[in-house]
Amino acid sequence: MIKEYKTIREIASPLMVVEHVEGVTYDELGEIELPNGDVRRCKVLEVEGDKAVVQLFESAQGINLAQSKVRFLGHPQQLAVSEDMLGRVFNGMGQPIDGGPEILADKHLDINGLPMNPAARAYPAEFIQTGISTVDGLNTLVRGQKLPIFSGSGLPHAALAAQIARQAKVLGDNETFAVVFAAIGITFEESEYFINDFRRTGAIDRTVVFSNLANDPAVERIATPRMALTAAEYLAFEKDMQVLVILTDITNYAEALREVSAAKKEVPGRRGYPGYLYTDLATMYERAGRRQGKKGSITMIPILTMPEDDKTHPIPDLTGYITEGQIILSRDLHRKGIVPPVDVLPSLSRLKDKGIGVGKTREDHAGTMNQLFAAYSRGKDAKELMTILGEAALSDDDKLFARFADEFEKVYVSQGNDVNRSIEETLDLGWKLLRILPRRELKRIKPEMIEKYMPDEE
Amino acid sequence: MSGIITKVSGPLVVAEGLADANVSDVVRVGSQRLIGEILNMTGDTASIQVYEETSGLGPGAAVETTGMPMSVELGPGMLDNIYDGIQRPLPEMRALTGDSITRGTDVPALNREKKWYFTPVAEPGDHVTAGDVLGTVQETSAILHKIMVPVGIEGEVVSVETGEHVVTDVIAVVRDKKGEEHKLTMIQRWPVRIARPYTRKYVPSRPMNSGQRIIDTMFPIAKGGTAAVPGPFGSGKTVVQHQLAKWSDVDIVIYIGCGERGNEMTDVLMEFPELKDPRNGEPLMKRTVLIANTSDMPVAAREASIYTGITIAEYFRDMGYDVAVLADSTSRWAEALREMSGRLEEMPGEEGYPAYLASRLAQFYERAGVVECLGTGDRQGSVTAIGAVSPPGGDISEPVSQATMRIVKVFWALDSSLAYARHFPAINWLTSYSLYMDTLRPWYTEQFGEAYMQNRERAMHILQEESELQEIVRLVGQDALSPADRLTMETAKMIREDFLQQNAFVDEDAYSSYAKQFRLLDVVLRYDVLCRDALQKGADMEKLFAISAREKIGRAKMVDPKNFEGEYDAIEALMKREIEEVVAGGEEA
Repeated sequence: MIKEYKTIREIASPLMVVEHVEGVTYDELGEIELPNGDVRRCKVLEVEGDKAVVQLFESAQGINLAQSKVRFLGHPQQLAVSEDMLGRVFNGMGQPIDGGPEILADKHLDINGLPMNPAARAYPAEFIQTGISTVDGLNTLVRGQKLPIFSGSGLPHAALAAQIARQAKVLGDNETFAVVFAAIGITFEESEYFINDFRRTGAIDRTVVFSNLANDPAVERIATPRMALTAAEYLAFEKDMQVLVILTDITNYAEALREVSAAKKEVPGRRGYPGYLYTDLATMYERAGRRQGKKGSITMIPILTMPEDDKTHPIPDLTGYITEGQIILSRDLHRKGIVPPVDVLPSLSRLKDKGIGVGKTREDHAGTMNQLFAAYSRGKDAKELMTILGEAALSDDDKLFARFADEFEKVYVSQGNDVNRSIEETLDLGWKLLRILPRRELKRIKPEMIEKYMPDEE
Repeated sequence: MSGIITKVSGPLVVAEGLADANVSDVVRVGSQRLIGEILNMTGDTASIQVYEETSGLGPGAAVETTGMPMSVELGPGMLDNIYDGIQRPLPEMRALTGDSITRGTDVPALNREKKWYFTPVAEPGDHVTAGDVLGTVQETSAILHKIMVPVGIEGEVVSVETGEHVVTDVIAVVRDKKGEEHKLTMIQRWPVRIARPYTRKYVPSRPMNSGQRIIDTMFPIAKGGTAAVPGPFGSGKTVVQHQLAKWSDVDIVIYIGCGERGNEMTDVLMEFPELKDPRNGEPLMKRTVLIANTSDMPVAAREASIYTGITIAEYFRDMGYDVAVLADSTSRWAEALREMSGRLEEMPGEEGYPAYLASRLAQFYERAGVVECLGTGDRQGSVTAIGAVSPPGGDISEPVSQATMRIVKVFWALDSSLAYARHFPAINWLTSYSLYMDTLRPWYTEQFGEAYMQNRERAMHILQEESELQEIVRLVGQDALSPADRLTMETAKMIREDFLQQNAFVDEDAYSSYAKQFRLLDVVLRYDVLCRDALQKGADMEKLFAISAREKIGRAKMVDPKNFEGEYDAIEALMKREIEEVVAGGEEA
């Protein structure tokens, strides 16, 4: 039997203290019934004796201490999941908002999930072709990876993420693909951009959308990505689907977390974010992956806007420590009109080495990748020197590297949002650019490969 | 003895009615019997850190103390295994509860059914003390596990078994002075927060060979030493740690994945059984114990994981083995400490970390060292501790990096700008240091002659000079440099690209023997000497830089490790000839 309490003692949004409770447990979900019949949700953050500290998921507006009733439901927050979720739109708390019927639940799952046993993980090693050269060629995405996009305000991260969602495929296989999209505190327009893009390409039927927009309650954002990941886990590991999860924007999520932490009067860590921000983000990000003996996978692309384009800000910093690499967008390249403006040098995919090479992409992939990175890095240095000292100060080789860097940005990086390049096209383009450089400088590539893919023209 | 919960706040649980419990006791919490540890006591009220998720726990639930501090089980069966932070075997948990880690799972750390062949060493009538070897078990093809007399037991061997036994069987009986008989099994228990005893400690004097050129030649670490690898994300900390775990010439490797990525542990799990130890050809996994408490696993168990790891390391050290402990990352451990401290409402120190952060870190690293093991006969073992540090934003002025730097002797500073240029390992040669240079010098000199250390110093000197020259180049361009300085820049580039860079993913290059490292650096430095000489004779600088031997030097590190000598001889001969030709050409003109 569920007891109702009318003993709310204190409300300081988003926290509330309920007294004289019995049998309430940590992390339990609760409901608050307002005098006018409205029901709002909350969860238990701390219980001490007969006093429970509760966090509201929605606004505290209109809650009356004397007349509102609180019920504790005896279980943590759950999401009703079923295959029918595909093609549907939910709010940040997992309730349908597209006018369609309630989901007939196959299961109710705890949205916090359980940590995956490291011994049960399967190592991500299947190449995903995104059709974007800077990703496929240089920062290869593999199935089960978590690869965030570090962006800044006003940069076209949405276009890049939508392009990946549209073009991503695993070569030579026909498995069911699904997208789980979580809008976390973003604007209506940005959210519509994604949904329209899914609609345009027909992907919408294979998409589950969780939408917490900028004007929805901030505290609800803490649950939104977990709802999305719970749905993704269900689709991937129980329904054998290849799931791509897009979470945007993690910065809004972290700010909501900070808000709750400040309300709880916790000792703040860097920039006011709670000391457990790393652990909190990790419990979300680590839900991506593959499991041994399971066909499905969760590949995750969290998007975050770096405050002041600062990569050392706690949100991108901690994310970078958890995720398997990052794709960084550059304001300079964006100004130059390069689309997508991927800053290649600080971008990284940690799992690329296992996903490329013979049988996956092509034998020359690793060598050309390293060579392109090294050459572009040297070319950028040369260009920097050139702006200070003039072209005359450069050695002949350095001039070639500077030219290479320009061409590389223009041809290789700037491919536009509608071009879908196969991995062969990307690799061949790399070789074409490397021809600019003197052959003896191609130290990162095995001589046999150079012979094979760049035969002497003379 | 059992108490009642009065408060639950995340991993912190407060319970009353525990007057008989001791601080640091392990307790079982609630009906799911979650594992916890007592941190503080006030009257009969205990603050408990719970190692598992506490969701669903509330006031009124029972807490039971085991009366024992947080301990590990030590005995055959640890190698080739993977544990969580409180030593529960993950493969067996998976068999029991599926792909996710469910709560309250109780699995013994050592398999109780597996039989080991016990070969006695001690005989009835022998007088034995703590640390003496009673017998041995061939635990894996690579490691002979020595079953030792536990600490606190001394006396006469009454009987000793032989043959197939499970770990809980009595394998020997020892009668102490009072006439009491102790039945000994293959299992020892030891509290993780207390260092295992030894007879005496020595100053480390032998290097740990890692096969990594920047480490072995430039910034070596001693067996029994301590090192830190700090670096921002993406700078290759984990690859450095993996390389050390793979190629270090130690007998046992304990790899602690402490609050890091799950896939990284999977990588180790998949790769290590395939890789062969370059010294004995055995799979590397046969000498490895993995402790995996990934970032999504409970934070309190993360705090315990590094103690679990180093206690297992000390146990193998006591057998007389060289052990390396790799902790990735100590920053995540410190964060776990901070989180618990915050829940306990302790007064925070810098950046919210508890005031005892530095002393806890020091205690951990101080458990490393070369020791004379307990027991009769002179057995030496060592524990080398290497911790990764993940400073926020790569800024090492933060408390964890600073506290670590005060303790460790070797500092391999990873640099993001090197990583961006794909210079790996991205260990910065200007900011890194090793305080073992002086103690290790005699060893290098004895093994390879004076030249080894002299070459190292020359190379370091050239790199130093390069960084100064680069300042000038940045201001006025490289044309302002004298030919000799241009050569220095060129040699420095060769040292960086052709010697220091090492590709962990190419078989020929992943491991470099001392001999190969020495010859490779020697070839580069010889080029410098010959060119300097040639410049004096008026040779054309550009031509010297363009000789074909240069490209061969650039590829020299990729030469098959088995017959590099011949190849290097050929490169040197070619280089000499070409430089002579340039000199002769200059004279003719």
